[in-house]
Amino acid sequence: MEIKKLAVSSSPHLHSQNSVRRAMLWVLAALAPASLFAVYYYGFYVLVLLVAGPVVAVASEALILRLRRKPITAAFDGSAAVTGLLLALNVPAGASWWLVVIGALLAIGIGKQVFGGIGHNPFNPALAARAILVVSWPERMTRWVGPGLVSSATPLAEYRAGNLVPSNFDLFFGFRPGSLGEMSVFLLLVGGITLIYLEIIDWKIPVSFIGTVAFLTWVLPREGQTAFFAGDPIFHVLSGGLILGAFFMATDWTTSPITKRGRVVMGVGAGIITAIIRLYGGLPEGVTFAILIMNACTPLIDRYTLGKSYGSVRGAA
Amino acid sequence: MARTFVGGVHPPYRKGKTCFLPIERLSAPKTVVIPLLQHIGGINAPLVAVGERVFFGQKIGDSDAPIACPVHASVSGRVIALEKRAHPNGREVLSVVIENDYADEVHPSVEPKNMDDMSPADLLQWIREAGIVGMGGGGFPTHAKLTPPAGVTLDAVLLNGAECEPYLTTDHRVMVEWAEDVVLGLRCLMKVTGVKQGYIGVEVNKQDAVAELRRAVASARDIQIVPLAVKYPQGAEQQLIQACLNRRVPKGRRPVHIGVVVNNVHTAQSIAHSLRTGLPCVERVVTVDGASVERPGNVLVRIGTSFADVLTERGLTSEPYKLLSGGPMMGIAMHTPAVPVCKCTSGILALSRAESPATEAMTCVRCAWCIDVCPMLIYPTLIAQYGERGRTEEAEKYGALECHECGACTYVCPSHIPLVQWIRLAKSDIYARRNRG
Repeated sequence: MEIKKLAVSSSPHLHSQNSVRRAMLWVLAALAPASLFAVYYYGFYVLVLLVAGPVVAVASEALILRLRRKPITAAFDGSAAVTGLLLALNVPAGASWWLVVIGALLAIGIGKQVFGGIGHNPFNPALAARAILVVSWPERMTRWVGPGLVSSATPLAEYRAGNLVPSNFDLFFGFRPGSLGEMSVFLLLVGGITLIYLEIIDWKIPVSFIGTVAFLTWVLPREGQTAFFAGDPIFHVLSGGLILGAFFMATDWTTSPITKRGRVVMGVGAGIITAIIRLYGGLPEGVTFAILIMNACTPLIDRYTLGKSYGSVRGAA
Repeated sequence: MARTFVGGVHPPYRKGKTCFLPIERLSAPKTVVIPLLQHIGGINAPLVAVGERVFFGQKIGDSDAPIACPVHASVSGRVIALEKRAHPNGREVLSVVIENDYADEVHPSVEPKNMDDMSPADLLQWIREAGIVGMGGGGFPTHAKLTPPAGVTLDAVLLNGAECEPYLTTDHRVMVEWAEDVVLGLRCLMKVTGVKQGYIGVEVNKQDAVAELRRAVASARDIQIVPLAVKYPQGAEQQLIQACLNRRVPKGRRPVHIGVVVNNVHTAQSIAHSLRTGLPCVERVVTVDGASVERPGNVLVRIGTSFADVLTERGLTSEPYKLLSGGPMMGIAMHTPAVPVCKCTSGILALSRAESPATEAMTCVRCAWCIDVCPMLIYPTLIAQYGERGRTEEAEKYGALECHECGACTYVCPSHIPLVQWIRLAKSDIYARRNRG
């Protein structure tokens, strides 16, 4: 056998099976149980929203890449689909379908592609779009409904108003009104822990985020009260979008810190902001803005949390 | 409990085809090409001329440079050329080409040595004269590692039997088949350095090697076999030291600065072999593997045998896509099979396209996996991005000069960015800037 031609490249010559697409498909799979629960709980209409989000996101990403004269294959790396699904999971079941369509367009257009596409966006695109939707259509984005699309209020809103809230059991398994993807804490944990096990996301962000919210909502008195150490941390952890946000949005690769210590700072910071908004702010829920604010801080966090290298030891000749 | 380091990856090991096969001697080739540079340091000057007859084991190149190591004829015969030839390092290097007369007529200077009769200084001199260099792939002259800088007392000699590179089973077979020589070589290194405690670190996937070494050490207390976790790059010097001794080598320093001498097990075996026989380093074990190789295995090869000769004898089933010198994580891709086996050639891998697929680089998505796996705890993606843009100061700040190019970062990168390639560029730019400045 004669050797005529040899490929030459820089080492290493082996590569893992990792790819962005593979990781994104895992994220979609990890979100699937919670998504399907929403369909089961609310009905078929919700499926339209959950499909519309990713489809519009991928289509708009392909279109924009085409306009930018970039290869449109990047639209199918799964990241746009994840953004679209997360956006859909962040609207209430009573939302109109066009709200999701506009949201997905905003997420990809304003949230991601204007900055140069994947890897370059400073804010989590789904949350950036959700923030725009909340400000633009505040009433439609809070059209909370129960099963069968009967109008209802979220547990956090009831809590604020001093009304009765669902039991911890119902909160944990998701029998309560809320955004599509935030209801079943149990199924979100199954997906989130799977992603941690696969090392696609780092446990440091969700653990520090959720831990901080739990600690502060336990210690601090809510607005109008004075007693410290009298809060209800379990209720706060189980309600709202905390679990969805902590596992699936605060951990977004591009918009969270790359340093190990930075990820803890990110989680603690988002936890503090969430707790303050929930306890004292003008909104019942604060996870969206907490993550967006920490996204803005990410470059700064990276800069000040650089770890010491292997060789940074002293005491040698 | 197996010991280990921080970070690292688990590539597919692919050692199954060769790790149980005994070492076979490859027939000596018609011609050998002996590069005058087979170590890190100054190149040797030739000691022979074209047309001259040389003996097996005769010194044919040496240098006065402080860090250098002589080379020897691996066959007897006639020098037919003294010219630049393709070298596994990718460059062309002045080499002595010898036509084999198949007489294996040994040089008169070759006679067995007895370690017990030799002083540490004699042994040190012998290690140099025998042409012993790091055979794990580094190629640093062994004698130059054994003298501590002023103010440092050496207290540990570490043998590296981790062999964490996929495919390679060279060290594994050396430990299994020549455990006595490995231990004898370690004792020699301990005598030269005056160190009382020796260690042999072996990844726990080589239980047969551990058993053979334990048997060779017997009840002696001065040598400890350290089981190491199976993780890449467990065999990198810094990571081995961290795992075995829980010490770290400071930035810009070598292990000797913290009192540690690290040598490959094959190097130790070669020292023992050279003492027993009097022959210098003229052959080594090489793993020949890859999907294109008909009969993979470990072969004992004369230094200077071309990759083409090795592959002809072991057979090729298809034209390889890549031909590597060394393992797939740190090995160098050859542009021609005409390159010779050198003292630090641990493997010849003829890989198919499916085994070593080409990937297209995409944008960094900041997943930070490269940072999580980096055993040197530096910032590969940042170094690469700054390096790519020629911003050497930032590249240095994020740890470029600490990178030993193990490739773990590139291995895990989901965007398939050739991080090591960019880091190498950053390093050479940093050194270039320093030299200018």
